[in-house]
Amino acid sequence: MTDQDTKLPSGRTRIENLEMRGITKRFPGVLASDHVDFDVKSGEVHALLGENGAGKSTLMKILYGLYKPDEGEVFLNGKPVAIASPTDSIDLGIGMIHQHFMLVPTLTVAENVALGLPSSRGFMTDLDVVSKRILELAKIYGLKIDPDAYVWQLSVGQQQRVEIIKALYRGAALLILDEPTAVLTPQEVDELFVIMRQMTKDGHGLIFISHKLHEVVEISHRVTVLRDGRKIGTRPTSEITKQDLANWMVGREVGLTPDRGTVQRGEARLELKDVSCDSDRGTPGLRGVNLEVHSGEILGIAGVSGNGQRELAETIVGLRKTTNGRIILEGGDVAGLSPAELTNRMLSYIPEERMRDGVIREFTVAENLILREHEKAPYSRSGFLDLGEISRHADELIKRFQVKTPSSETLAKNLSGGNIQKIVLAREISRAPRVIIAAQPTRGLDIGATEYVREQLLEQRRLGVAIMLISEDLDEILALSDRIAVLYEGQVMDIVPRAQATPEKLGLLMAGIRSEESLSVVK
Amino acid sequence: MISELLSATVLIGILASGIRLATPYLYAAIGETFGQKSGVLNLGVEGQMLLGSFAAFYVAFNTGSLWLGLLAAILVGAAMGLAMAYVTVNLRAQQGISGIGFYLFGLGMSELLFQILMGTVETAQGFPKVYIPGLSDIPGIGEIFFSQNVLVYGAFLLVPLSSFVLNKTTLGLKIRAVGENPDAADSLGVSVARIRYFTIILGGALSGIAGASLSIALLNVFQQNMTSGLGFIAVALVYFGGWKPLGVLWGALLFSMVNSLQLWIQVLGIPIPSDIAVMMPYVLTILVLIASVSRVRSPSALSKPFERES
Ligand SMILES: Nc1ncnc2c1ncn2[C@@H]1O[C@H](COP(=O)(O)OP(=O)(O)OP(=O)(O)O)[C@@H](O)[C@H]1O
Ligand SMILES: [Mg+2]
Repeated sequence: MTDQDTKLPSGRTRIENLEMRGITKRFPGVLASDHVDFDVKSGEVHALLGENGAGKSTLMKILYGLYKPDEGEVFLNGKPVAIASPTDSIDLGIGMIHQHFMLVPTLTVAENVALGLPSSRGFMTDLDVVSKRILELAKIYGLKIDPDAYVWQLSVGQQQRVEIIKALYRGAALLILDEPTAVLTPQEVDELFVIMRQMTKDGHGLIFISHKLHEVVEISHRVTVLRDGRKIGTRPTSEITKQDLANWMVGREVGLTPDRGTVQRGEARLELKDVSCDSDRGTPGLRGVNLEVHSGEILGIAGVSGNGQRELAETIVGLRKTTNGRIILEGGDVAGLSPAELTNRMLSYIPEERMRDGVIREFTVAENLILREHEKAPYSRSGFLDLGEISRHADELIKRFQVKTPSSETLAKNLSGGNIQKIVLAREISRAPRVIIAAQPTRGLDIGATEYVREQLLEQRRLGVAIMLISEDLDEILALSDRIAVLYEGQVMDIVPRAQATPEKLGLLMAGIRSEESLSVVK
Repeated sequence: MISELLSATVLIGILASGIRLATPYLYAAIGETFGQKSGVLNLGVEGQMLLGSFAAFYVAFNTGSLWLGLLAAILVGAAMGLAMAYVTVNLRAQQGISGIGFYLFGLGMSELLFQILMGTVETAQGFPKVYIPGLSDIPGIGEIFFSQNVLVYGAFLLVPLSSFVLNKTTLGLKIRAVGENPDAADSLGVSVARIRYFTIILGGALSGIAGASLSIALLNVFQQNMTSGLGFIAVALVYFGGWKPLGVLWGALLFSMVNSLQLWIQVLGIPIPSDIAVMMPYVLTILVLIASVSRVRSPSALSKPFERES
């Protein structure tokens, strides 16, 4: 092989082959990784699949030097290497894009990229040099990026590009992408795949984690499935279908489209009349929104992220002030009421940012499960918590919702992302709510858990609950909703009954284009 | 009465001593800025200043060398910084509480050492004025800005210097990143612990100099609890200054000018009860803090201990 063949555009030598052998990692009460073998080659995308808590992130954090394995070795081009910290892995040419972004919002793109790297000017920063190199890399991979923009100004998709540039800049020959698509819009996913294909063509090795099977089928060359910390197997992607993958992963048949059944729609339980509010940046977040959610129906809210979805959920649940309009919950005006008062009116909320808004990370699972009801019997009497009752309640919900946790006394922060979501869901549904606001309820969930959450929402609908489902996943919206409202720049573009909704039609509305036939407003 | 305050000589006097009195605020608050920028709240500044102040005076008094005195203050401050760093970085102690502990330690220790080693209040010759050739002859301006001692000049030079370090160097970039998102810095191989050790020790050393500036440059005595809350005001100045050296400079000047005015009111015998006059800087602290609430965002990781997940 000539030198040309083994070098990447960044000038670094390729990692022809990286192998992890017999990796084992124990956490208190959990065997997160159980003698796992895994390998990646130059020029391929190797997908890592598995249910929530299967140990995907753990295995990757070990490879990146964030966790120390209890057993096992890593071989790079056949030679054993020691990776004790991110510094070591970066030196070896390994980069990682984390499930939760690792950026400093108050710094610029160039500063984030330059952080921790030696400068060509000694102790002084060389941001102009860095910016130039960023633009060069951006050109090679067709990334649009402004090196001088502050990270807090960027959309999630743009932030991810910064993460990719950060890794490429450090000469990553092997890149770990831990659920990179979970927070992206479909268009952004397409853009990411273009970049990934270019990278493999150049000889990078990529590890791709996702719960979306169609993505795995589309982009990967090989798939490895983990279950409960153990490797189930590795296969070439060309030999398997989406349904095979789903069954293989969960270990049983899974239905990819839930059965909706028919439910009699009842009275309007939640009404928004001409509601407006501001966004975090002080610009209009919602502009005169009119919506109704009835008993026994799921109203889907579609839209590209950042068009008012967050503001909509937050105003309804009392976390954001309205600047205009009325919010009517079962006949009474509730605008301006506190979240606690809304809780008492049996409004439930499944927040989008579950790590931040859904659980208290430092509390146990049992404590998180009674956050809403902790002041009421049977969990507390005259100000004293009944710990026995609380733990019984927790054990019951853990069983019913199949939460993977060592015990009800485990801290929420030590659960995998999907299991944290199950805790929020268990808490919000088990209290027999009248209205549920569900924001991105299946984001980051594995297919088994997604199926379960969707079934639970449909079950609540059968019980006559009024549900507002906010989701960027059109498939989900189409699979669950009775009517679909499309948000665009803080306004409701249109409300379409399910029978008349097609992805194309919704797509146009999401882009702010009102076509002729959808002009007729459906109530 | 007011006319007395407005005469040219008095005004120049107020301004000159205002500039001089800004010195301890500047050293202490800029040191604190480094710490807070990296995510560490050090409430022990006052204690570091007191011990530094004593060390400077004691060494200078006994050796006759002001520079050795200054060095002693730097070492004592840095040593207290080292201890603070160990407690907050390695032991991950709650920063506010440990800071108060270090304050009480400095307060008690400086008193104890003073009793054992000196016993009585002595005065000494402090750093002499250095007249900048040419500039110090300008009427008014010369006396206010260019006829000060070396520690005063140092304090004002520290402002652009620290601004430069924080904004234009790789070290400054690391400090800012560690204070905003230590996980991100860690994932790029930046040692959060090392950066925080550096800033806390630097802050300690600067607090030591702040203390020395009182005992061997401005007042030229050492007395028990002679800082009387100045170190805490310095912490408040960091908030007021929006975590920027230039902002800290304006805050320090505001306080030192009020202080100077208060002193001159007493000197001139203007009949305002001295208790009220002495209270002025503290009342001002409270007002300033109220005014600066939520004006700028503090570093996100401020006062949060860092720990890699496993
Ligand atoms: N720092 C930690 N302390 C204790 N337990 C942990 C820790 N990190 C992970 N775990 C546990 O290890 C297991 C594997 O978690 P991991 O995050 O690797 O799952 P995952 O496959 O990435 O899941 P997801 O798809 O939800 O992101 C889980 O049971 C989790 O609770
Ligand atoms: Mg994960």
